[in-house]
Amino acid sequence: MENKVIYTENLTKKFGDFTAVDHISFSVNKSEVFGFLGANGAGKTTAMRMLCGLSHPTSGKGTVAGFDIFKQSEDVKKNIGYMSQKFSLYEDLKVWENLRLFGGIYGMKTKEIAEKTDRILHELGFEKERGTLVKSLPLGWKQKLSFSVSIFHEPKIVFLDEPTGGVDPVTRRQFWELIYDATDRGITVFVTTHYMDEAEYCDRVSIMVDGKIEALDSPKNLKNQYRTQNMYDVFYQIARKATRVEI
Amino acid sequence: MLQFLIEKEFKQIVRNSFVPKMIVGMPLLMMLVLPWAANQSIKGLKLSVVDKDHSTFSEQLIYKITSSGYFQLTDVSPTHTLAMKSIESGDADIILEIQDDFEKNLIREGLAHTMISANSVNGIKGGLGSSYLSSILIDYAEELRETYGQSAGGVPAGSIPQFNIIPQYKFNPHLDYKVFMIPAIMVMLLTIITGFLPALNIVSEKEIGTIEQMNVTPVKKLMFVLAKLIPYWIIGFIVLSICMGIAALVYGIFPVGNLFTIYFFASIYILVVSGFGLLISNYSNTMQQATFVMFFFIMVFILMSGLLTPVASMPDWAQKIALFNPLKYLMQVMRMVYMKGSAFGEMTPQFFALCAFAIGLNVWAVVSYRKSS
Repeated sequence: MENKVIYTENLTKKFGDFTAVDHISFSVNKSEVFGFLGANGAGKTTAMRMLCGLSHPTSGKGTVAGFDIFKQSEDVKKNIGYMSQKFSLYEDLKVWENLRLFGGIYGMKTKEIAEKTDRILHELGFEKERGTLVKSLPLGWKQKLSFSVSIFHEPKIVFLDEPTGGVDPVTRRQFWELIYDATDRGITVFVTTHYMDEAEYCDRVSIMVDGKIEALDSPKNLKNQYRTQNMYDVFYQIARKATRVEI
Repeated sequence: MLQFLIEKEFKQIVRNSFVPKMIVGMPLLMMLVLPWAANQSIKGLKLSVVDKDHSTFSEQLIYKITSSGYFQLTDVSPTHTLAMKSIESGDADIILEIQDDFEKNLIREGLAHTMISANSVNGIKGGLGSSYLSSILIDYAEELRETYGQSAGGVPAGSIPQFNIIPQYKFNPHLDYKVFMIPAIMVMLLTIITGFLPALNIVSEKEIGTIEQMNVTPVKKLMFVLAKLIPYWIIGFIVLSICMGIAALVYGIFPVGNLFTIYFFASIYILVVSGFGLLISNYSNTMQQATFVMFFFIMVFILMSGLLTPVASMPDWAQKIALFNPLKYLMQVMRMVYMKGSAFGEMTPQFFALCAFAIGLNVWAVVSYRKSS
C-alpha cells in the first residue's frame, strides 16, 4: 500500500443514465509510467478527471497520493500536476510568466521560481524563448513547456492527457525523454495516448473499453498473452470489442 | 499566492488588444458626448407669431421673447389657420397669437388677450415651451405696469392682490441639465466597465480552457475570486478619475461635497457590480450567454435607477423593485455629493444598502464558483 500512489476500487462516474466510467479498480506504483489506453469515448479522460479532483465520482473508492478523492480533493491537488488534452497555458503570458504563475500558485518562493525557471529553460533549450509569448510557440514546444509547467512544483504524480497529440515524431521522442527524467526524480507518470509506440515505453498499460478496464499488465506480458509482436495488435484485439458508439 | 494571480490578470489586461482602449475610450466618449445629447432642457423652440396688432407693444413683446434664447422666430403668419399649417409642416413648435387692439386694450383697460398653442406630440417640449412663453408674457406685463404705473392699467396696481413668486432653484441655480446628468453618467460607466469586464474575463477562461488548469491546482476559491475582483476595482478608480477630470476640465463641474466620499462609495459599488459580473460568469458557459444576461440586468438597472425619470415618481411596485437596484443608490450618492455636497452621515441608508449588496453578491460568487463538476 505504501508504494501505491494511486489506488481505486470500483470507481464509477455516471452522467444521468450513461455510465462513463464503470467500476474500475487498479493501482499505480511510485515512479511508474502508467499508460492509460482506450478508444475515443472509452472513459479515459473522465477517469483521469476524477483522479485529479476535477470531477466528483458517483461511487467507489479512490486515493491519490494518499488522499481520498471524495473528501480531500484539494489535498490531492497540492500533490499532482495535470496537463490537459487541450493546451491550457496562458497564451498571452510569456514563457517565464507561465512558469512563475504556476510556481506561485503552488506556494513556491519567488527566488526558488527564478532559479528553477533558469534551469528548466536551459534543459529544454528554451533560453531564447524565455520572453516569448506562449501563443507564438510551435505546438511541439508548447507541449514540452506545458509538461514542464505541470511538474514545476515537483508533484508526486503527473497526469498527462494525450500530451503528444499532433506532435511530430522527433518532438514526441524528446517529450518521452522528459517523462523519463521526471520518473528518475521519483515522479509517477499517468499518461493517456493513442500512439502504440508510446504504449511500449510504459512500465504498465491498462486498456479501457466502454468504461471498463479490459486489460492491465506490462506491455511485454500483454503481447505474450495476446500472442503478438506489437502493442498495436493487442490494442486492436481488445478495443474492437467495444459496443459503445463514439461520443 | 494572490500576488501571482493579480500580476497575471494585469499582464493579461495590458496585453489585451481591446480592454485598455475601452477603459480610456469609453469614459472619454460618453463623458464628452452624452451630457450634450441627453439634455432635457429646451432651447431654440420654433416660434410662429400671429401679430394682428402691429403696435409698439406687440413688437416689444416679440423682441423680448426672441431675445430670451428659448425661442427662435421661424414664421410670421397673418392668421391662426396659416400658423397651424406651419406647425403641421414642422416649421413651428408653438404659436403666439396677439389680438387686434392689444396695445389699446392694455392702455385703456389694463387687460389684453394673447393665445398660445403648442405642439404637444413631444409632451415635454410642448409643456415646457408654453410655460416658458407664459412666464415671459407675465414678465412683460409686469414691466409695463412698472413703466406706466397706474396709468397703464387704469386700475391702481395695488388694488389687485398679487402673488409674486420668486422661485429659488437650490443646488443647481441655472437648472443646467449637465450638472444633473454628469454624475449619473459616471455611475453608468462604472457599471458597464466593472460589471462586464470581469464577467467576460472568467467566461473567456472557460472557453479557452485555462480555467481547468486553475481548477486542478490547490488555488482557493476566495483567492481566485479576489484575483479577479481587485484588478477591476483599480480599473474602476481609473475610470472614475478620468470622468471626474473631464467633468472638471470640460464642464467646470466639481463636486460640492468631499471627493473622498465619492471614492469611498465607488469602492463599495465596484465590488457590487464586479461581484455581480462574477456571479453571472459562474452560471454562464459561453460569452453570448454571459453578455446577454449582463446586458439585460444592466439595462433594467439603468432604466430603473432614476437616471432620467425620478424613482419617486414610479408606481409603487416599481419603486419596490428599485430597492434591489444597486445602481440607484450610487446614482443618489453621486448626485447628492456633486450637487448638494452631502456628507457621509446623510447617506447612511445608501451605505448600508451597497454594503449588503457587496457582501451578498460576492459571497454568492465565491460559493457558486465550482472547482469540480
